[in-house]
Amino acid sequence: MNPALMSRNDLFLLLGFTLVVLAMPIWLAPFGAGYPDLLQRFMIYGIFAVGFNILFGLTGYLSFGHAAFFGVGSYTAVWSLKLLTLDAIPALFFAVIISGLFALVIGFLCLRRSGIYFSILTLAFAQMSYNLAYSVLTPITNGETGLQLTLSDPRVIDAAVGHTFVGQPIPTLLGTPIGGYAGFYFCAGFLIITFFIAQRIAGSPFGMMLKAIKSNQTRMQFTGFNTRPYALSAFVISGMYAGLAGALLAVTDPLAGAERMQWTASGEVVLMTILGGVGTLVGPVIGAWIIKYFENILSALNDNILARFFDFLPDGVDTFFVKVIGKFVGDGWHLTLGLVFVIIVIFLPGGIMEGVRRVAAMFDRSGGKTSTRTQAAE
Amino acid sequence: MTLLKRGLTRRRVMQTGMAGIIGAGVAPIMFTRGAWAQEDFCNNPTGDTVTIGLNLPLTGAYAEEGADEQKAYELAIAHLNGEGDGGLLNVLAPSALKGNGILGKKVGYVSSDSQTKSDVARAGATRMIERDGAIMITGGSSSGEAIAVQGLCQEKGIIFMAGLTHSNDTTGKDKRRYGFRHFFNAYQSGIALGPVLGQEYGADRRAYHLTADYTWGWTQEESIKAATEALGWETVAAVRTPLGSTDYSQYLTPILNSGADVLILNHYGLDMVNSLPQAVQFGLRDRQANGKQFQIVTPLVSELMAKGAGEAMQGVFGTSNWHWNLQDPGSIAFTKSFGAAYGSPPSQAAHTAYVQMLLYADAVERAGTFYPPEVIKALEGHEFDGMGNGKTLYRAEDHQCMKSVLVVQGNEAPTSEFDVLNVVQEVDRETTTYDPSIFGGELGPAEPAPLC
Repeated sequence: MNPALMSRNDLFLLLGFTLVVLAMPIWLAPFGAGYPDLLQRFMIYGIFAVGFNILFGLTGYLSFGHAAFFGVGSYTAVWSLKLLTLDAIPALFFAVIISGLFALVIGFLCLRRSGIYFSILTLAFAQMSYNLAYSVLTPITNGETGLQLTLSDPRVIDAAVGHTFVGQPIPTLLGTPIGGYAGFYFCAGFLIITFFIAQRIAGSPFGMMLKAIKSNQTRMQFTGFNTRPYALSAFVISGMYAGLAGALLAVTDPLAGAERMQWTASGEVVLMTILGGVGTLVGPVIGAWIIKYFENILSALNDNILARFFDFLPDGVDTFFVKVIGKFVGDGWHLTLGLVFVIIVIFLPGGIMEGVRRVAAMFDRSGGKTSTRTQAAE
Repeated sequence: MTLLKRGLTRRRVMQTGMAGIIGAGVAPIMFTRGAWAQEDFCNNPTGDTVTIGLNLPLTGAYAEEGADEQKAYELAIAHLNGEGDGGLLNVLAPSALKGNGILGKKVGYVSSDSQTKSDVARAGATRMIERDGAIMITGGSSSGEAIAVQGLCQEKGIIFMAGLTHSNDTTGKDKRRYGFRHFFNAYQSGIALGPVLGQEYGADRRAYHLTADYTWGWTQEESIKAATEALGWETVAAVRTPLGSTDYSQYLTPILNSGADVLILNHYGLDMVNSLPQAVQFGLRDRQANGKQFQIVTPLVSELMAKGAGEAMQGVFGTSNWHWNLQDPGSIAFTKSFGAAYGSPPSQAAHTAYVQMLLYADAVERAGTFYPPEVIKALEGHEFDGMGNGKTLYRAEDHQCMKSVLVVQGNEAPTSEFDVLNVVQEVDRETTTYDPSIFGGELGPAEPAPLC
């Protein structure tokens, strides 16, 4: 990396990020999260959140409909796996293109308004897409049943080169199956690349333009800038990020269901970004990891496991604890998420990244040193 | 930003109030985490326990079925471990079960809420296989879930014992070598229900279908259409409704002017608990159409739904896999031990869940190993008796159980809140057996066992 191209801080951030991501199977194992499926989800939703942040964090447009692009990416990827080849590359390529085009159309319409009107418009479009996928376009999406790979799919490219397989069709990368840890490193590669791209966007003149739109769009217009092409580009880029994330989810686990397009999924990425820290580079990724971690850990707990855990308490007290905590785990884990979210927003409005900054500042003061670190992308 | 800072992030997060949650969340997982050893197949149980993954809809349209299935699984696992009154272990014939777990290993379980969504069900199953080391996945109350999880299990080399799933596709077009279904299917419902409908409502009827819009609804609509058209009925229209709808008025209004005189509700769970009373309140059953009394038919119905639909269910015909009031030793034993444990009679979902658990355990005992290809061989073509459905065959060609099917009718004069369905007819296994090749599909290979 040419230091002239990238500031030292940015370079360190990227290297540190890469290290943390690649070492995840090791440092997450003691937390019960060191298994491939969850790690893949960490990567995939990380990409989703980084992309969302380009629109929300940099440009200031709050989209409530990003799950639509995520879903379009998934469906495109599965169709590519069904019709063309089991290789992941064309699936990802088409998913990014198609979701980009989809974002272009929706962005073109929605960006005529800003603020709350924009949010509601995107929400409306996303909900329309969800309903289309759930019960109107069932020949394409297979509705609630979900789109799956079958042995009888045509797969013209595979058939042309005489490539056959045994049993359940599994997506591959140049012949290697993408499952388990291979799938994780595949997704991790994409997270690091997309993180790097987001970093470059944030530091570029284009990124400066986006930040200017966020701070005062009217002033930009009065100084003679046409802001809409910039906002639309940001919208399309973040739509492509979402499409890539959706495609990765479909490639590592080849089933596309309409649920991933529902408004709750759109809301989740907003939560991830706010929880981690809007406008920061790492924040949204951390937010995504935390939400996915809690979803997996808490939703898997049931009263039986709690009862075993509180076994040491005297009778009566333990059943009380199990009853109370039982409401916050299992199918009630959203309660916990809500609580955590409220606590973060009240005490750390800038998300977890603000917490990091405060702690860092505390240490700098107690160390008596002056900090030379600057916050990225703020 | 450095690694050190990131470490602080996590610590900071804990300090701001999540330490307790993490403690509650992580500690038990560290204790229950299965070994990652993969000696010769996925999740080979090496310790003195074996883990089963229960994938149950605890929220969503089929939540009530899921909750009942969970009770049944807990009961079955207790019985397998030699606790309680032994339930159906005493009546299964032939049986290799000893009441000391499976192959001497104590049975434990992990569970996941599938939210009645295929996507979520699959993610939950993946977690239980990869993190918790589940040797077998079972449960589910929707065919969408069953088909999604079945495909995953084939990929991972884990046996899937389907819970309540009634779509023809589960053991038809989408059948898999690693998936097994005890529950009956829509095609068998058609065979059983057709003659009864013809006898009760005549051969000159016009039917209007409302269908839950996913694999189960589609295949049930197709099967019931075929069965009723064979009687001479005419199908006026078939309208798809999204799974999980709550307000059906927009779908009910067009029926009035459609010229139909029978409404066929291809709905299940909460969908039907909503749609059936709404149809009755709409005045459909008080109407005369084409000079005949308007009728409603619910091709697949359970006690839980009949209870939920209340008076609207009275006199309505449907089919069931099993009913707690059957008088064979197996049904009596199951109803007794389920009632003793939970204070209510079991539903058909609970029954199929319990039986599937026992059949898997029995197959492993007979195979003498957990190695999936051997267990599959032990299940394929296995014939057993005593589970409440008469002599039953696990057909090798499509992994569908061949057994008798019940035609039921909503009880007009219920004596208790559970006495909501009457068994009108028990259609025997010979009648409901069909040619497995009519649905196509391919099971795929059992060997080599895929490594997860």
